[in-house]
Order: sequence, then structure tokens, then C-alpha cells
Amino acid sequence: MDIVFNWSYFGYLLYGAMWTLVLSACAFVLGGAAGFLVMLARTSQSRLIRQIALVYVEIIQGTPLLVLLFIAYFGLGVFGIEVPPLVAAAISLMINASAFLGEIWKGCVEAVPRTQREAAECLALTRWQAFVDVILPQAARIATPPTVGFMVQMLKNTSLASVVGFVELTRAAQVINNSTIQPFLVFGIAGTMYFVLCYPLTAWSRSLERTLNVGRR
Amino acid sequence: MVRSYRTGGTGQDGHVASTRRGAARQADPVRYDFDFAVLLDYWPDFLAGAWVTLQLTFLATVFGMAIGTLCAIGARGKRRWLARAIGIYVEIIRNTPFLIQIFFLYFGLASAGLRLPVFTAAVIAMVFNVAAYCSEIIRAGMDTVHPGQIEAAQSLGMSTPTIYWDVILRPAIERVYPALTGQFVLMMLSSSVASQISTEELTAVANNVQSFTFRSLETFLAIAPMYLALAALLKLSFWGIGLLAFPRRRRLGTAL
Amino acid sequence: MSAAVNAPAVALPAVALKDVRKSYGPLEVLKGVSFDVAPGEVVAIIGASGSGKSTALRCINGLESIQAGSIEVCGHHVGTQRSDAELRALRQDVGIVFQSYNLFPHLTVEQNVTLAPRRVKRIGNAAAKDLARACLAQVGLAEKADSYPEQLSGGQQQRVAIARSLAMQPKVMLFDEVTSALDPHLTGEVLRVMEKLARDGMTMITVTHEMGFARRVANRTIFMRDGLVWEVGGAEMFAAPRTPELQSFLGSEL
Repeated sequence: MDIVFNWSYFGYLLYGAMWTLVLSACAFVLGGAAGFLVMLARTSQSRLIRQIALVYVEIIQGTPLLVLLFIAYFGLGVFGIEVPPLVAAAISLMINASAFLGEIWKGCVEAVPRTQREAAECLALTRWQAFVDVILPQAARIATPPTVGFMVQMLKNTSLASVVGFVELTRAAQVINNSTIQPFLVFGIAGTMYFVLCYPLTAWSRSLERTLNVGRR
Repeated sequence: MVRSYRTGGTGQDGHVASTRRGAARQADPVRYDFDFAVLLDYWPDFLAGAWVTLQLTFLATVFGMAIGTLCAIGARGKRRWLARAIGIYVEIIRNTPFLIQIFFLYFGLASAGLRLPVFTAAVIAMVFNVAAYCSEIIRAGMDTVHPGQIEAAQSLGMSTPTIYWDVILRPAIERVYPALTGQFVLMMLSSSVASQISTEELTAVANNVQSFTFRSLETFLAIAPMYLALAALLKLSFWGIGLLAFPRRRRLGTAL
Repeated sequence: MSAAVNAPAVALPAVALKDVRKSYGPLEVLKGVSFDVAPGEVVAIIGASGSGKSTALRCINGLESIQAGSIEVCGHHVGTQRSDAELRALRQDVGIVFQSYNLFPHLTVEQNVTLAPRRVKRIGNAAAKDLARACLAQVGLAEKADSYPEQLSGGQQQRVAIARSLAMQPKVMLFDEVTSALDPHLTGEVLRVMEKLARDGMTMITVTHEMGFARRVANRTIFMRDGLVWEVGGAEMFAAPRTPELQSFLGSEL
């Protein structure tokens, strides 16, 4: 095939990259909110709620994201709702993120020394006040590096939305490759774009982890 | 007398097939007749798909572990050019999606004239992917070995390869074993992506089945627990291997 | 007590340092250290932190490199350049015990002792086990052969470390402040093992803060200060130090 890869193709890839960012942002915000609820459930005082949340997390973490995506895509279609691929992708990414972020954040909450909670209680704060004013700020500091690390995961996960036809960066690359048949070039450029989007976050997460470890000594 | 060809059965006048096939109907948007029974016919295919998934996982685990260990050693070694090259490789893998990696490998090589069988391409892509993560994990494990022990081993006259194996790698891998096995389980789950280059693993089989039966939702709902079972099987196997490989842990039950 | 209290250097010392200099970058730690150790002699090295005593010891088995001077150990020559093969050969004749024991945590006590003989001297499994049992018996820990280091006390771990070095049948044993990291009530068991080794004729160089041990067991004691050998003597050095620096050092140690 002799169709030359030119700048309009590159523009199409950029268009796809933009939608990658949009989808990532949506999924992260929704997934973050859901993950926060999962975290609360996992640290709840009620054993039943903790168990239910644990089962939920185990199931979601043990299911491939692609399968989750198909379930969301076909599942909603069953109810007669015309599901645009973007929505199916966002929902499946949100569910996936809720489980992983929930577990990460639960770990961070548990990493705050117990003595902090005891000190707060000794000052007559309620459990919720102690949580919001004392535990959460400290947990949030601990949670920042792994959360940023998961944002990278999320960005990469959006590539699966291409499978249900949503035009983000990977789908754009596939479409272009189908006409130009230059996979090394096309997927190479797409990969580089993903790298440019992800690497700053990866580097940031690492530097956060270093400062955090130094600060805690 | 209308013979309903859909039921394919004896003509029951005026009766339309009660089992729905095909996409959702406008008539009853909320109610949906789940039909898992139709999937039972395909259980040999599901089993075959699961077997392919396990094979992919096994090969990728073995080779990924080997290459990951070599990369960890290289990354901590004295040859700066090697450490930098490994660092670049790891960063590329960690910052690009697996789907892109597998497309790049499979379609790229095909366009260069090398048409790999899809199983092989999937294994290679999975190996490159998991080896990068393993190398980081094992590297962190190797960093936990106290330099005093290396000095002690040197002072006993041990050679460098012996020191690497007996004093550095063995305790390092014992320490990071949970993180490593967790990574392998994640890799098994991401093998579903190989369905996109037509590797006949479990997700690809599900895709095929749902295209025959039109029972998309049921099919994918059915393989989710299959993956959970595979993950449980994998975790159990790694736990058993850990008991065999790490007698200290077996006897004392404590972390190293 | 050996008769060689102030033995003149015999024709072939087991260990001979000549004008050894070592620097860490701009900081000169050893400024020309020279001393000899005769075969069967027990030498204690004392001094304040930063005097260079541990560094001098670690130069003897090649853990630290030297910038000038020479070290002769049991026929091995340690200069400013040394190859890996030379170092390995040297280390089969020189054993060292560290302050932090450095036992291999993932191996049992017996495996810790048999590892080097099996790998380096290629002794068979059965012979290595016998050797290990003998060495562990020598330090009084034969019954702990199947335990892991974390199950032992600090004193026991240090004795295992001694057994591990003995298993290589070295001609010279180096001890680098081996009791400094131990609780006081555990130092006794380690010092008794060292005393027994000395009586059995092992050539030993020990960097130590245990003045009683140095006085009682060492044939000679070397007092180092500021990267140099400051004063050398026998047990009488403790009662009548010649230099004011040693006087004040001994005064502060009591």
C-alpha cells in the first residue's frame, strides 16, 4: 500500500489523544468518587459492609477490564438503552477504578498510625470528625504517589475502549493503519503519544514517593 | 398455518418462539429473558479457551521471570550503558498500553514479512510486558539485601555468580514473592487483550460464542467467574510453589 | 598465655603491613600504618572512633582498597591493584567476623556454615555437614544447626558467624568490634570463644573496645590514633601507658 502517512493522519491521532484524555479524566473522577465509597465501606465498623465491599473488590479485581467493558456495553444495550461506546467505556473504567482505588486508599488509611485516631478520640472528636480532620489528611498524603501511579494505569486502560469502537488514540491508530498499512510507524507514533501523556505522571509519582519517604524518616 | 421456523419444532399454530434471540426488543425494555442454558453447549470451547489462557500465562510467567531477573541484575550492575538501556525499556513498557504493544509487535512484524502465529505473538508481547514489571520488583527486592551480607560472602571467598544466586537473589525473591505473584495474576487477566489479535484464549472464545448465540450479556457474565476461578487457581499454585521454594517461610511462617 | 609477649618479628610474619595509606576522596584515613603479626600471635587494636582501626583491619582482607603501601598476608600480596581472583584466594586464608554478624537470614545455621566450603572449596555435602558440625561444636552451638538466625540471640548469632569463618579453615582470623553490637550480658560467650581460639594457636587480629580482653588475651596491643600506629605494647601498656594520648584514651574508656 502506498498511501503516505501525512500530517492529516497525525492530526487524527491528536484528535484521538484528546478523547483519551477526556475519557481518562471522566473515568478518574467517577472512579475516584466510587472508590472513595468503596474505601469507606472497607474501613467501616460494620463487619457485613466490610465483607460485601471485600467481595466486590475481589470480583472486580479478578475480572479482566476487557470483559467488564463487554458486560457494560452489552448489558446496557439489553435494557434498550442505546449505549454510546464512550458511556460503556466510562462505566467499565469507573467500576474498575473504584475497586483498585478503593483498595489503595484503604491501605493508606490503615497506614496512618493508630495513635493518631486515639489522640483524636481523646480530644472528644466524633469518629467522623476524627476521620475527616485527622486521618484523611494524613492518609491523603500517603495516598498521593500510588494514586498518581494509578492515573497512569487509567490512561493506558482507555486504549481498550477502542474495542467497542470508541475513537480514542488506539482506535485512531487502528483506522489509520488499516489504510496506510504501516503498523510500526502508526502504532509507534501512537505509543509515543501515550508515553508523552503517561511519563510525566509516572515521574511525578516517583518523585512524590521519594519526598514522602524522606519526610517520614 | 404458520410454521414457526424459529422454534424449528412441530407446528404450533400461531405461537411465536417464546425464547428471544437477537438484540433487545422495544416491546419490553426492562425485562430480559436471561438464557444461560444455551451456553452449556459450548462448555468444551470455554474450557479450551481457558486452557489457552493458562498456557499463555505459564509461558509468560517462566520467561518473564527469567528475563526480569536478568534485567534487574543488569540495571544494578556496573555497566552504565546496559543499566540505561534497561531503564528505557522498562519505562516504555510501563508508559504505553499493552494493546498498543501487542499491535506494534504483531502487525509490525507482519508488515516486515514475519507472520507470527497469534499464540506466539501473544506470548512474546506478554513476556516483554511482564518482564519489565518483574525487573522493577526484583530490583527493589535486591536492594533490601544488606550490603554487610555481600561483604560477608565476599570475605568467605565466594565468586560473584555464587554471591548473586545464594546471597542476593534467593532472599530477594523470597521477600518480593507476593508482589511478583500478584503481577503474574494481573498478567493472566490482561491476556484477554490478546483476543484482539485473534488468539483463541477465553475472551476470544466468548466473543465467538456470543456471535453464534446472540447472548452477548450472558456470555460475558459467564466468563467473569471463569476468570475468577483461573485467578484463584493461579494464586493457589503460586502459594504451593512458595512453600516448596522457600523452606524458611514454610517452617517459620514469618516474612523474611 | 602464649610465651610470645613481646616477640620480635619472626622471619616470616603471618601479616605484615608496610606504610599503608588510604583515603576516602580528600579525607585521608590511614596515613602510613605499619605493623607485623607473627603466626599464632593475638594482636588487639584499640583506639577512638575515626582512628582508622576498622579500616586498617578491612584492608587486610581486601574489603577496602589502599592507595599506597603494601600488605603481606600468608604469602598473598595485597597492593594498590588487585584482581578478583587474587582477592578470592586471599580470602580463603583470612577469615573475618563483623560487628553486625551478617548471617544469611534465609539459610539455617548449618547452611550458613556450609555454604562457602561447598561453593568455594567444592567440598561434598556430607563432608561439609561434618565440617559444619565440628565448627559449631567449637563455638558451642552444635544443637542449633537447624535453626534460623532470627531464632537466635545476638551472642549466638555472632558465634555462628565465627563458626562460618572457621569452616573455611583460615590461617588468620580478623575480628571487627564483634561485641560492640551485643547486649553486655551476651559479650561473655563470644569473648570466651575467641579466647579458646587464641589458646588453640589461631593468629588473630581483633579491633575491640573490650580492654579487659585485650589486656588478658592479646600478646600485643596496638593503639591507633588519627590514622597512625601510636603506641604498641604488651599487657603492661595498660598499666603504664607511655604517650599522653593513650593515657587519656584509657582514662575515658574506664
